Amino acid sequence: MSADDVPTLEVRNLQTRFHTRGGVLPVVDGVSFTLARGKVLGLVGESGSGKSVTGFSIMGLVDPPGRVEGGQVLFQGQDLLQLPPAARRALRGNRIAMIFQDPMATLNPVLRVDTQMVEAVLAHRRIGNAAARQLAAETLAQVGMPSPEDRLRAYPHQLSGGMRQRVAIAIALLHGPDLIIADEPTTALDVTIQAQILSEMQKLVAARGTSLIWISHDLSVVAGLADEIAVMYAGRIVEHGPVDAVLDQPQHPYTQGLIGSLPSANRRGARLRQIPGMGPNLLQMPPGCAFAPRCARASAACSVMPQMHVPRAEAPSHQVRCFHPGVAEAATA
Amino acid sequence: MNNTLPLVDMQGVSKRFGARPPPGALGRALRRLGVTKPPLVTHAVDGVDLAVRPGEVVGVVGESGCGKSTLGRIAAGLLAPTEGSVRVNGQLLNGLTAPERLAARLRVQMVFQDPFASLNPRLRVSRIVGEAARLHGLTDAASEDDYVSAQLQRAGLDPALRHRYPHQFSGGQRQRIGIARALAVQPAMLVCDEAVAALDVSIQAQILNLFMDLRDELGLAYLFISHDLGVIEHVCDRVAVMYLGRVVESAPVDELFARPNHPYTQALLAEIPRIAQRRTTFNTIRGEIPSPIDPPSGCHFHPRCPHAFDRCRSEVPTLRGIAIHHASACHLNDAA
Amino acid sequence: MSIRRSFDEHSIWWRVAADFLQSRVAVAGLVLLALVALAALAAPWITPQNPYDLMQLDVLDARLKPGTPSSAAGYTYWLGTDGQGRDLYSAIVYGLRISLLVGIGSALIAAVLGTGVGLLAAYAGGKVDALLMRLVDLLLSFPTILMALMILAYVGKGVGNVVLTLVLLEWAYYARTARGQALVETRREYVDAARGQGIPAWRILSGHILPNCLPPLLVIGALQIARAITLEATLSFLGLGVPITEPSLGLLISNGYQYLLSNEYWISFFPGVALLATIVAINLVGDQLRDVLNPRLQK
Repeated sequence: MSADDVPTLEVRNLQTRFHTRGGVLPVVDGVSFTLARGKVLGLVGESGSGKSVTGFSIMGLVDPPGRVEGGQVLFQGQDLLQLPPAARRALRGNRIAMIFQDPMATLNPVLRVDTQMVEAVLAHRRIGNAAARQLAAETLAQVGMPSPEDRLRAYPHQLSGGMRQRVAIAIALLHGPDLIIADEPTTALDVTIQAQILSEMQKLVAARGTSLIWISHDLSVVAGLADEIAVMYAGRIVEHGPVDAVLDQPQHPYTQGLIGSLPSANRRGARLRQIPGMGPNLLQMPPGCAFAPRCARASAACSVMPQMHVPRAEAPSHQVRCFHPGVAEAATA
Repeated sequence: MNNTLPLVDMQGVSKRFGARPPPGALGRALRRLGVTKPPLVTHAVDGVDLAVRPGEVVGVVGESGCGKSTLGRIAAGLLAPTEGSVRVNGQLLNGLTAPERLAARLRVQMVFQDPFASLNPRLRVSRIVGEAARLHGLTDAASEDDYVSAQLQRAGLDPALRHRYPHQFSGGQRQRIGIARALAVQPAMLVCDEAVAALDVSIQAQILNLFMDLRDELGLAYLFISHDLGVIEHVCDRVAVMYLGRVVESAPVDELFARPNHPYTQALLAEIPRIAQRRTTFNTIRGEIPSPIDPPSGCHFHPRCPHAFDRCRSEVPTLRGIAIHHASACHLNDAA
Repeated sequence: MSIRRSFDEHSIWWRVAADFLQSRVAVAGLVLLALVALAALAAPWITPQNPYDLMQLDVLDARLKPGTPSSAAGYTYWLGTDGQGRDLYSAIVYGLRISLLVGIGSALIAAVLGTGVGLLAAYAGGKVDALLMRLVDLLLSFPTILMALMILAYVGKGVGNVVLTLVLLEWAYYARTARGQALVETRREYVDAARGQGIPAWRILSGHILPNCLPPLLVIGALQIARAITLEATLSFLGLGVPITEPSLGLLISNGYQYLLSNEYWISFFPGVALLATIVAINLVGDQLRDVLNPRLQK
């Protein structure tokens, strides 16, 4: 078995729970997926779906009262959850990197950009300061930063939001990681800057064969970037498949609801199709399918937790967690 | 377009932040010597004309630094313009008596972007929604409770929850509380400043539907400020595109999306991610958005414009009509 | 109904109380403080003697050891007597009264005054703000004891004058904190919303901004009470505070100072312990309040 056959990331039944004063919240409840080398996975969901916490759990960045309580996270065959903290630190920033929504989560406001980048380089490589700075400048140029030398000497507050995010992305790319987890990195940015960053990420990922998990609530952004999409609801993946399959032939009622409520999917001026009911309350989850209370197709069968299965034989990699999968019925405006 | 009196008519409105009155002789000398520096002035809004007629939904779209939020606040009466005039129902605010000024202010209400910051966390919802109405005599002590319940119901919330605190509600529900608060003073127009930007997609759909329902039921006009062109395309009648404080293009929404004229509008439309575009290469315009403190000379967009020529650097293009109700501020239109 | 739902339904003060009670040390402090306050309130009923009534004192009973029975009155001096024949237990309880009265009284008045000034400065901005804050800076830059001594030397002794002095010195802390918090709150969107709804400025200040400024003011208030009590004790110890006929804890300590070397320790020691216990209790409560009300530590 060659190295290319081992998937970069294989997550099996990941479970992360938050122990709060009000109760135990199953924020990530049995998430499983596989990510091959060089592929982009779009992890999509709304607030409370557990998509960000999934990313944090893989990186090992879950803070109390949250705790990863079950499952396996196989990075190139090695279970990250079993590794001692020192070994995990050696991987973080080196072979696996994360980009956050707020670049100030990565950047220290009182240090200059070059100081921080050099520190990030030296954390995993034994080279001289000058060589580290050179690497930093090259990486900044690669992420499309205009005049990298000037930016290196600047402090984060002197840079715009888009540039700060580019610095954060550059820091993630310094050691050529095999896996990047990006948690809504362009949500807070303008459309034109977002387009630039998406374009650069695309090129970089293709050039280096990096696997990318792009966490977002924006289906349109993910549509342009991802090879596969996984839709999360209440801590579970409810649909997973190639991007064309999921977006053109969504099988799960929640995915259909999400796509249907986009303004672009509705006739101009008409009432938008909306998903009835309210988001899931993680403290009071129904025993079976979490979406059942809001689902038009729900039946008695849905009081048991559905498992992921392939609903259409012609698309073997398109799975859905639903007893009533199928193309949406005629839209009622 | 009808000729009815606009609810809010802004003409030549400019807003500058940080400007100081010009210094006297001593001040000028100090500046010449380099001891003091002239203050950094932010040109947030620069000579904008915009009017909203009863029942109309006018969209303002742009990216950071374009001044759309500042313009919204000027329309709602929360900020005074540095230059230009704002007429509410045809009357300038300066010439009004205090009660008339209050009535003008209540006619235009604002719905804010951040559902967490726009509600006072220490007050109960019933007080948040009912305080102004009670204060201005729209309801009295006896019927206040029913009045508040009616407003909440109209905004799609269960009135039984009115004694709770904001932190007990979700983002979408808090936005509904904000809408109920605005409705409670019986406005004629709502200024929605990125009112759905912070919400999940499914909740966004609910709130947008609510806006459209209120427009049908109450005949409300809207000034809808957003960076999301998809939302603007769906709810607005007319759109104005802003860049660094100026309106660069304005047109009815179908016209703007079908035939965008200004290079910035074209780039904006080309760059929106669309769900139907798969694994695309993203088209980008180069460059960063300049800072409104030091905007480029001439046409503000010229450093990033793929079609810029000499005249663009030196001369500010004026907003002029290029088709019926369609205006654009670009020198390229003159060449044609 | 899940537990979390019912927790959130209560007002913020209930939740603050619930968080506060999580710390056993703070609860102990609160209990101690409550005991002290109760004792002070119930002073006439729980003490055998009114130490301020010179008729009840028996000079012949001066400087008796703790546990000695009194010669004439028929009760025991559990903590001994001081140089004028006062039952130390009674003197301490009545002295606590004065300490608490001065401490809480001055803190309250200073809080109202200082908060008002701070809110005004924040909302008015510009020159008003600058003027008021320079005044605050001036006041805060003087050493407290020195200022207190100067003021008291001018106005003379007495409980009322001590309260006045403390108020004059303390209001600046509240003003500065209230202004800082109010500045933050004034920029919030809910203030814009209130303005847009035509709510008058004074009403926004008192009804919208003030409730949000209370947490840091509460913390300061609690810790300032301890500070005021200490300050009053110091001033009385130096002989510039309360009159000799109505000794507070500080004065009692001062009175007993001269007897320390003759092994009659109790005259200073027990009032000292009482003062210490009170201040420690207040500080424990204040510390926990500060942690509980710190928005960054809240989830």
